[in-house]
Amino acid sequence: MSSQVETLVNKEYKHGWVTDIESDVAPPGLSEDIVRLISAKKREPAWLLAWRLKAYRGWLKMLEPHSWPNIRYTPVDYQSISYYSAPRTAKPLGSLDDVDPKLLETYKKLGIPLSEQKILAGVAVDAIFDSVSVGTTYKAKLAEQGIIFCSFGEAVQEHPELVRKYLGSVVPASDNFFAALNAAVFSDGSFVYVPKGVRCPLELSTYFRINSASTGQFERTLIVADEGAYVSYLEGCTAPKRDENQLHAAVVELVALEGATIKYSTVQNWYAGDEQGKGGIYNFVTKRGKCAGNRSKISWTQVETGSAITWKYPSVILQGDDTVGEFYSVAVVNGHQQADTGTKMIHMGRNSRSTIVSKGISAGQGQNSYRGLVKVLPKAAGSRNYTQCDSMLIGNRCGAHTFPYIDVQNSTSSTEHEASTSKIGEDQIFYLKQRGLNTENAISMIVNGFCKEVFQELPMEFAVEAQKLLGISLEGSVG
Amino acid sequence: MLEIRDLRATAGDIEILKGINLTVNRGEVHALMGPNGSGKSTLAQVLAGHPSYQVTSGSVIYEGQDLLDMEPEERAQAGVFLAFQYPVEIPGVSNAYFLRAAYNEIRKSKGLEEIDSMDFIDLLEEKLKVVEWGPEIMSRAVNSGFSGGEKKRNEILQLALLEPKLAILDETDSGLDIDALRIVAAGVNKLRSPDRAFVVVTHYQRLLNYIVPDFVHVLSNGRIAMSGGKDLAHELEAKGYEWVEAASAAAAGAGA
Repeated sequence: MSSQVETLVNKEYKHGWVTDIESDVAPPGLSEDIVRLISAKKREPAWLLAWRLKAYRGWLKMLEPHSWPNIRYTPVDYQSISYYSAPRTAKPLGSLDDVDPKLLETYKKLGIPLSEQKILAGVAVDAIFDSVSVGTTYKAKLAEQGIIFCSFGEAVQEHPELVRKYLGSVVPASDNFFAALNAAVFSDGSFVYVPKGVRCPLELSTYFRINSASTGQFERTLIVADEGAYVSYLEGCTAPKRDENQLHAAVVELVALEGATIKYSTVQNWYAGDEQGKGGIYNFVTKRGKCAGNRSKISWTQVETGSAITWKYPSVILQGDDTVGEFYSVAVVNGHQQADTGTKMIHMGRNSRSTIVSKGISAGQGQNSYRGLVKVLPKAAGSRNYTQCDSMLIGNRCGAHTFPYIDVQNSTSSTEHEASTSKIGEDQIFYLKQRGLNTENAISMIVNGFCKEVFQELPMEFAVEAQKLLGISLEGSVG
Repeated sequence: MLEIRDLRATAGDIEILKGINLTVNRGEVHALMGPNGSGKSTLAQVLAGHPSYQVTSGSVIYEGQDLLDMEPEERAQAGVFLAFQYPVEIPGVSNAYFLRAAYNEIRKSKGLEEIDSMDFIDLLEEKLKVVEWGPEIMSRAVNSGFSGGEKKRNEILQLALLEPKLAILDETDSGLDIDALRIVAAGVNKLRSPDRAFVVVTHYQRLLNYIVPDFVHVLSNGRIAMSGGKDLAHELEAKGYEWVEAASAAAAGAGA
């Protein structure tokens, strides 16, 4: 590891504050009227409203998934949630100067490089506050190369043809319960389009923040990399501490055309609930990428440390020949957190290759499940998958579970699955303590070593943040 | 520097140390010998604060402090170093990163600034010479896939780097071939100084041909049964541990 795991300054969830801002909030409850209201608020075209309504009607017939995921939660009361919350502003935002200074203060607290001067850091940021995008930096610089990086709402207004072409092309509105809900009520999100042959010069970044009480966050991200394009996208998430559970049901769609590469990295640190398991975010997210063209590549890297419940399977459909799908994941559960996370690699194209590296860390009374599907269709001759699935247990009250599904439908493909479970050893901790490290730093070092293969996939800045986060998440897990 | 008085310790329900008395002064090298199960490794672990052992009575004063009242990391920061008999593997953590973290923890405890990576590399190059190693070992994960000899060399490298006041070597010779033994022993000899004391736990006299002790103690059944100068080790080699046990039983009988 290149950087020192720093002394852990923050003993508690440090993003647990609330910003005092006037919000435009829809009354709680979900109905066709609310769907129409959201669409009207966003001045959407008729086709999009129709798409939302169709999703809503489909959703009404679907059931919240409770049987198959290895998570326990009380059913969400969808009529008690508000589906739209926007910081109140007099006029549409033209530039960062128009943004409420209190909001900018919020992002400063989060350590987000929102100001233009941070351009040297090489990060372009879109920030989603509750449900609305409040500012996208570096837009002009990116536009010089034809790269579109804006809020989803803006994309609907400015680039409707692109949105219409790709929206729902990877995650259809009818895909699953939460994806359908999102399709009906999504309020904003990010949109990226990288034109043919362009290598995006900046890491594009979105920070999500849930602020208002009793609001759900339903953002939608769509990233399209045209032929031969390259883009790396980072996503970070935080939310204030609240006693009630808050719902986050996002959808992310990635489309990589011929020879394109999309790298998508997430550091998720939603509020996880208190020591008794009260409160915390329900994180039900559908993320999927499609390697639509030959020789395209999609790589997911996620570090999941927050949320009361994580239900999330960033997947890749390997449609083209010689395509590459990757999934690198660190999922940490502590306290009463539950995670059921993994990936699906669907091999359709010939000589498609996928790699899955999953590191699950369980502490406290946390329950961590890896769930993965590797499916190789008959036409996907010569395909290969490598899966490595490691679990680490800290303490005696947590659990690690693995649910791998492998389905190979031709005789020329190969899959490999390696799995391990280890307990963080008293002897390892003692060894490091004998060299002068305290218990927390010792655990932090051991766990960071365990996660190394995933962290090295993250962009440098993010890797450092992820390491620190991991230390904070595991604080007090051994006592 | 180290005063052990009537130290008793158990592992689970079994008493292993049954009243150890030992005084170690600066600059001295003490060899602790004894048959398997006599308690010599337990003593080493207890001094370092391993949580598997419970001290039931007695005291250990180190540099005027109650050692038994200190956390393992506080002992390390105060200059107590244990070279492990079985060094632990830490997968995914590079040796260089680990060594720098340990070095900085010791520095911080002394109120010194942390060393940056460039300066650390220079320092490490010096220290690597002590164990006749090249820099390639630094990028490997801590003890992961190391041979027995490499693990022991790595322990001595840490000893060289962390510069403790009291170094306890727990069967550092076990599992070493003759070349590795020579390198490790030479490393230890380079680190002998008037300010540093060594407690060398070993089963065999062989190591003491290379690391010549000032005092030799023989443990038997949780007690120090016999103490002497370096010649005691040779006598032991010739007569075997049974001789000590018989002599110690006779002494106990005479005492009663």
